Amino acid sequence: MTRSRTDRTLRTWVLSVVMWAIAVLFALPLLWMISASLKRNIDVFTLPVTWIPDPVRWVNYAEVWAGDPPLLRYFGNSLIVATVAVAGELFTSSLAGYAFARMRFKGRDRLFLLYIATSIVPTQLLLVPRFMFFQAVGLYDTLWALILPSMFTVFGTFLMRQHFSAVPGELAEAARIDGAGEWSIYWRIYLPMAKPVLAALAILGFVWSWNSYETPLIMLSSDENYTLPVGLTRFVDGDGGLAGGLSMAAATSSVVPMIIVFLVFQRQFLSALSRTGLK
Amino acid sequence: MQTLVGSARSPVPPVVREKKRRPAGVRSWLPWLFIGPNLVGLIAFTLGPMLAGLGIAFTRWNVLSGLGGIEWVGLDNFAELFADPKFWKALGRTVFFAGLGVPLSIAFGLLLALALNRPLVGRAALRVVFFVPSMVNTVAIGMVWLLVLNPSAGLLNQALRFLGLSEPPTWLVSEDWALPALVLIQVWAGMGYQAVIYLAALQELPQDLHEAAMIDGAGAWRRFRAITWPSLMPTTVFLAITSFIGTSQGFGLIAFLTGGGPGESTTVLAYYMYQSGFQAYKFGYAAAIGVVTFAAVLLLTLLLWRFQKGRGLYT
Repeated sequence: MTRSRTDRTLRTWVLSVVMWAIAVLFALPLLWMISASLKRNIDVFTLPVTWIPDPVRWVNYAEVWAGDPPLLRYFGNSLIVATVAVAGELFTSSLAGYAFARMRFKGRDRLFLLYIATSIVPTQLLLVPRFMFFQAVGLYDTLWALILPSMFTVFGTFLMRQHFSAVPGELAEAARIDGAGEWSIYWRIYLPMAKPVLAALAILGFVWSWNSYETPLIMLSSDENYTLPVGLTRFVDGDGGLAGGLSMAAATSSVVPMIIVFLVFQRQFLSALSRTGLK
Repeated sequence: MQTLVGSARSPVPPVVREKKRRPAGVRSWLPWLFIGPNLVGLIAFTLGPMLAGLGIAFTRWNVLSGLGGIEWVGLDNFAELFADPKFWKALGRTVFFAGLGVPLSIAFGLLLALALNRPLVGRAALRVVFFVPSMVNTVAIGMVWLLVLNPSAGLLNQALRFLGLSEPPTWLVSEDWALPALVLIQVWAGMGYQAVIYLAALQELPQDLHEAAMIDGAGAWRRFRAITWPSLMPTTVFLAITSFIGTSQGFGLIAFLTGGGPGESTTVLAYYMYQSGFQAYKFGYAAAIGVVTFAAVLLLTLLLWRFQKGRGLYT
């Protein structure tokens, strides 16, 4: 008995050491990014690699944030797009999800099937028509071209429906007997209970929007409208061959907010993600 | 969908059921008020464009004359596409890219999940480390790997030289190695996400089967093959489908890192479509590529679906 327990402890330790070794290797690219962001351009590529910058140039960050290309502007654009898109997504998907889960009407299940079917359409198919549409209505090269499509998502509706389906219906019955209208049942009873799911959806949506690169690449043409990922490309010099300390400082700046979001909301984030996998 | 007026119910038995189920006071148009905002947006920005995409594939658009410059050309775009050697080569590269990248990232994701599902020292921190790349935007990932894969002074080639490889690949600037390098980046960036999904599925698995098999003396590998793997089949199929559909499909990385090059060595279908539409302004042609991609993805999805039906433990 004791033997097998020491055996097991030993195995845990061996596996832990192996996993940590892999984790360090795995993290090296990002560690190098941070290290390079504090170096002079000429110190980025040295043989052998120096991990601790000498001298440590915090001023890289100051330069990148104050200078041109306007990182601050990109940052603001990303923030606006993500915030408005998420607010819209929360509003429309919680309403639709609620109706799909808690109301009965003709054609409901067929309509929901159509929703699900839509989610297997590759974005590539949508790029050209969306581009032409936004051109035609004059929203091309505005932040709206990014915000609008992300406000109405199948994913959000799906997630909210899953949640509302699992909530018992007795509450609504009781409220109805007390004479509450459908809207106030939704707004006063069901929506407050959905706060954890709404938070999860908000976090996921925010991260997706923040990191989105393909859509802004196609929908935006002027520098002043760029969001962070597209703006970042301006920090790499023409031939793309050498990304120095300044560009790494810009890259790090774009990544840190997301890592903070992840560390703070880890639990909600992972639970929302895993929900996407369980149909 | 057909009826906005719920009172048009059929006169046969369902009437009774409907009455019983529909709570008093719920008007038939009310659900549509709830779904409306989402549905209208979805039609405008997803369903509509989807149908339009199908239509545009049969047209030629002269951009300079505005929306009036759209001309119906029938199957011309598809005929041109199937006769276009660039298309077939791009398709081949896509098959290579996805055929290598998707199984690899799923396999590594599964291994990672199995390891992280065991007792480990600092397990929570390990999970964070492996998941962090999933939080990083494509361009930052590209910039980092530009450093790592630098042929002369990059981290990877320094390591390879240290291990005795005197002439390591030049990665992104080599026609032979650029696509494999992109697969490497994609796997690195994606496996944390796959692992999270697998971990959730693993934690849902009932333990009794495992215990019974252990008592019967089944070894770890045997238990994995007979219990864990089949139970995870729905998750695996889900991950395979979503990764194949995957919004990025490497397009973002390719657009930033290689621009389809060197030569044409990383021009996969998604990137060829981008070039045709947004660089050569052949929107009809680009839409045709989109339609073909969609058809291929749909076929693959159906195949995987059938495959799962036959294999899953709980089907």
